[in-house]
Amino acid sequence: MADLKTRIAKRCAKEFKDGYVANLGIGLPTMVSSFLPEGVHITIQSENGFTGLEGSVERGDENVEIINAGGGYVKASPRVNYFDSATSFGIIRGGHVDATVLGAMQVDEQGNLANWIIPGKMYAGMGGAMDLVVGAKEVIITMLHQQFNKKTGVSKPKILKECNLPVTALGVVDLIITEMCVIKVTDEGLLLTELHHDFTVEDVVAATEAHLTVSPDLKPYDISE
Amino acid sequence: MTMKIRTAQEAIAGLKDGMTIMVAGFLGTGSPEILMDAILEKGVKHLTVIGNDGGLPRGWYNEYDTPRGIGKLLDAGAVDHIIASHVGVNPLIGKGIIAGTMECTLVPQGSLAEKIRADNFGLGGVLTPTGVGTLAAEGKMQIEIDGKMYLLEKPLHADYSFCRASICDDFGNFLCNKATKNYNYLMAGAADHNIVATERLVKAGELDPDTFQHSGVLVDMIVEGEKPWQI
Repeated sequence: MADLKTRIAKRCAKEFKDGYVANLGIGLPTMVSSFLPEGVHITIQSENGFTGLEGSVERGDENVEIINAGGGYVKASPRVNYFDSATSFGIIRGGHVDATVLGAMQVDEQGNLANWIIPGKMYAGMGGAMDLVVGAKEVIITMLHQQFNKKTGVSKPKILKECNLPVTALGVVDLIITEMCVIKVTDEGLLLTELHHDFTVEDVVAATEAHLTVSPDLKPYDISE
Repeated sequence: MTMKIRTAQEAIAGLKDGMTIMVAGFLGTGSPEILMDAILEKGVKHLTVIGNDGGLPRGWYNEYDTPRGIGKLLDAGAVDHIIASHVGVNPLIGKGIIAGTMECTLVPQGSLAEKIRADNFGLGGVLTPTGVGTLAAEGKMQIEIDGKMYLLEKPLHADYSFCRASICDDFGNFLCNKATKNYNYLMAGAADHNIVATERLVKAGELDPDTFQHSGVLVDMIVEGEKPWQI
């Protein structure tokens, strides 16, 4: 599992261009910053109130005034700037964040995203997710291709014809990166653009409920250094 | 001129059961702990609390950690209704909802900040694209402007706002260090009574005025004695 998540994070890192401003969700998305290609430097926005997050901090070096949006102590870069929550979300909604990377419970053919609530089960709240996916120029979803149920041992597709959980936003997803493949959301639906060598197109189709168009230019899933 | 400096007990003397309060902070960072402690001491109940989240529950960073920020009020059972953007970190909220003892209104984080800012700065609300087509749009007016849909997010007002400054002068001009700013510059001014607890108190004129980022005219009372969080 850890290997698969690293694979996804490495592939996602290749989407970033030098100078990008990015907001990375907690968990897998946070790992992306460890795998940036050489020469690519990004500025990470932390929605609790700064630009210039530089990663986790060693125990003993924590500054109690610098946390990330998950409440963990983090390091700030020399170009850090701190601001209040209105400015933070102004930066997000105003289109000043180039890319946001988030996990998902469901994504569908229209690029609709569900990642904040399971009625009757999970009630965490949307936090900054609704603002981020509406405001960021590019919305990248990083996730395991299917939902594995530990109790039943059955995996269920997360890439669906239509989300059946309450959505976070409509038509916002640009790119889906899983351990199996890379899928682009286009006006004509979902386009399979890259395939990992451990899988066939048939494997991906079987693990996906949504209709997939295989790109005539299908490429290998590239995580080379 | 009336001096604004009070003890925590004096500052919350008018706080009563059932009132609506705002508490600044993000998972406890930037929350005024001495004011939370004073509320617990006074034993006020049935509060409606507006804040980013439920603060931190007992034992979050270390097993011996006390609850933090709004987490203290939740721990004491003083909250009937919480208006927040993320309540996943403090399990007392989920438990309260299931038990039927607590109401929770979720607001997207950027909209929550703007609703508070709107009240503070005299706006009838703000139009945001965030939440269109989602559960967050329920009961809200939708307005189309130049072909794009927006939600009308109305102002949020409180009886009391509780904020935390790193440095505050005796007029109430204040500064919050680093990532402790969050809601402090939005909430101070958005309530009938705006109270700032500060780590360091200085005399007006003692420091370069450019030090301060929030105006003292938005602050009604100042309480000294905030301590840095200990890891």
